Amino acid sequence: MSEPGSPATSVAESTPPADEATTAQPPASEEAELAAVAAAPEVLASSLSEYLRAWRQRIRTGDSGALPIVVGLIVVGAFFQIERSEFLTAPNIVNLLVQAAIFVLFGAAEVFALVLSEIDLSIGYVAGVAAFTIAELMTTPVNFPWWLAILCGFAVAATIGTLQGTLITRLRLPSFVVTLGGLLLWEGVMLELATIDKAAVGGVLSINPASPVYELVNANMSPAVGWAVLAAALGLFAALTLTRAARRRAKGLSAPPLSITLLTIAITAIAGVALVYVCNLNRGVLITLRGVPWVVPFVAIVLLAWTVLLGRTRLGRYIYAIGANPEAARRAGVNVARVRTLGFMLCALTAGMAGLVYESRLGSISTDIDGGSLVLYAVAAAVIGGASLFGGRGKPLHALLGGVLIAAVFNGLGLMGINAAGQDIATAIVLVVAATVDSTLRRRGSAGAP
Amino acid sequence: MSTDQHTADTGEAAAAAPSPEAPAPLVALRGVTKTFGPVQALTDVDLDVPVGAVTALAGDNGAGKSVLIKTVAGLWQPDAGEIRWEGRPVRLRSPRQAEDLGITTIYQDLALCDNLDIVQNMFLGREILRHGLLDEVVMEQDARRTLQELSVTSVLSIRQPVLSLSGGQRQSVAVAKALMTNSKLVIMDEPTAALGVSQTRTVLELIRRLAGRGVAVIVISHNINDVFSVADRIAILRLGRLVASGPLAEFDPQTVVEYMTLGSSARATAGRTQPPAAVQEAHGE
Repeated sequence: MSEPGSPATSVAESTPPADEATTAQPPASEEAELAAVAAAPEVLASSLSEYLRAWRQRIRTGDSGALPIVVGLIVVGAFFQIERSEFLTAPNIVNLLVQAAIFVLFGAAEVFALVLSEIDLSIGYVAGVAAFTIAELMTTPVNFPWWLAILCGFAVAATIGTLQGTLITRLRLPSFVVTLGGLLLWEGVMLELATIDKAAVGGVLSINPASPVYELVNANMSPAVGWAVLAAALGLFAALTLTRAARRRAKGLSAPPLSITLLTIAITAIAGVALVYVCNLNRGVLITLRGVPWVVPFVAIVLLAWTVLLGRTRLGRYIYAIGANPEAARRAGVNVARVRTLGFMLCALTAGMAGLVYESRLGSISTDIDGGSLVLYAVAAAVIGGASLFGGRGKPLHALLGGVLIAAVFNGLGLMGINAAGQDIATAIVLVVAATVDSTLRRRGSAGAP
Repeated sequence: MSTDQHTADTGEAAAAAPSPEAPAPLVALRGVTKTFGPVQALTDVDLDVPVGAVTALAGDNGAGKSVLIKTVAGLWQPDAGEIRWEGRPVRLRSPRQAEDLGITTIYQDLALCDNLDIVQNMFLGREILRHGLLDEVVMEQDARRTLQELSVTSVLSIRQPVLSLSGGQRQSVAVAKALMTNSKLVIMDEPTAALGVSQTRTVLELIRRLAGRGVAVIVISHNINDVFSVADRIAILRLGRLVASGPLAEFDPQTVVEYMTLGSSARATAGRTQPPAAVQEAHGE
């Protein structure tokens, strides 16, 4: 035990595997079976078949990842396609994407709060305030250029988030209460903004159709630009994925097998090509209408930025750490109050972006915006996609999947001529089913805690 | 921390040639006293903690073990007496200050984040960056090296979330995390309290290796068997007073229990300690 010369070998033999059940040294495979619990497949496997086995193992043990929601999307898509053959046509798919953009951004906003094990109920009306700010600054008498108006709107949203975050962290108030107050307060502020502004007739401010704010949703990239952007994005993605795997392998670390890396790139490429192809089909009736709406790359860039921020920066790492164990983060030297405040700031900022897309889609912003429902759809999108209400788990990607599913349900039921009541009921069912599937899979596995 | 300190055989050395006082102790407590209102939590405690050795802190509930380690960890300041670090008197006003000196405390709750993997936990609060982003490759290599140095071989992948680890493995991660900070003194509060037999053995071996790397270790334990299988030295508290301390070879389990419960031992084998006669009155515990 205390030979200084050869610690590695001698001690390794005397170290029993840390599972009590095993008395003798178990065969390697059995040990692998025991420890494979909830480990990501890409860190365990060195070949394709091993990878698939590890993946199955992970699903069996409860960490199902995005699988249920992907299955759900396919089921919902197939159902509506059978019911209404126009569901999977170019005009409707593009329409669905635009509908989804709002839910996705709201969901991505809520992900920041949920991962921190908090909630933000105010984001619906924060989006409303941001949208009114942008619309009012663009019109008379201010007449800011569109980009400055957008920056100001985002700044207002971020400031609101910082303010709420500061109240929550410094005064140790529950986020539920503070943001519930925010839900009421920012609705009031929004109504007041509309009242003060003489241009807002009946609480409605329209957006100049020539401005990029309007064009974000209502104008398209030309087909050639769409393909070029896709090619550049795919090339970058492939290069980054391959070099990352190569760097890990060069440093002697486990990396996913090359076949898996290539498969990932191929699936991404197929999805991207299909998306751009469908968007580039002519979907106009009387005029030619084709191309990817600008809102698609906008949402993609926001999601990418937030994914990098959460997954690859210190701030993101601390947000996850605080969501699971704030005390551990505090002891590790993390400024917990600051990180949580920044989380609420990012949440509100993303809500401001959702507000921009909202007013762009309608071509106007009105005090009729239902911030109360929007925030519930935000939570629903994040949770359906796989974020945890109990903190520590959730990604911007989850908001994408959940937002698209909610939009698909809305869109499909709309095609079927089912009214708002039916849409709400269907969304509720999808939410509860998603939560049930998630919790059942999780309870079955030893991954245990929510 | 890369140099291999040849002090790995302190366990046997202490038994064979009891010369623990020869090098200056890393931490020395002199007359440390702490009261909470009417409660005398620590009374005039003198304790030396040498490097490269495991010092067990034994005592019954309410003996003052926790207060003592929290004083060393900077959570509480002593009312009287002083703490010397590498020979110099220091005032530890905050846990941060103690950490900056190289004092790491591993509490029973381990302070790990379940949703993060082993590497992420080990580097929490001191992540390595590359182009402004987290450098997972370098962190994973460093974490793997440290775990190998500690011979933590039972985890399959260091990219497993901590949630999926057993109690002993979690304890190993907590120890490895302490080692990443170049700690000179690691204080462990009941490291084997919640563990089964084989996991306990693993963790005790880990503690031995930690001391073998030249780290001073203080272990709080209720379990006399654990104390005797891991410690080089022992310090026994009773009702806030240090009733006995010295190389473990001078004690046997029976003596330790007597010191813990009575404050003195009829069959004490070594006369290094002076069991104070006046300890018998309870101090409002």
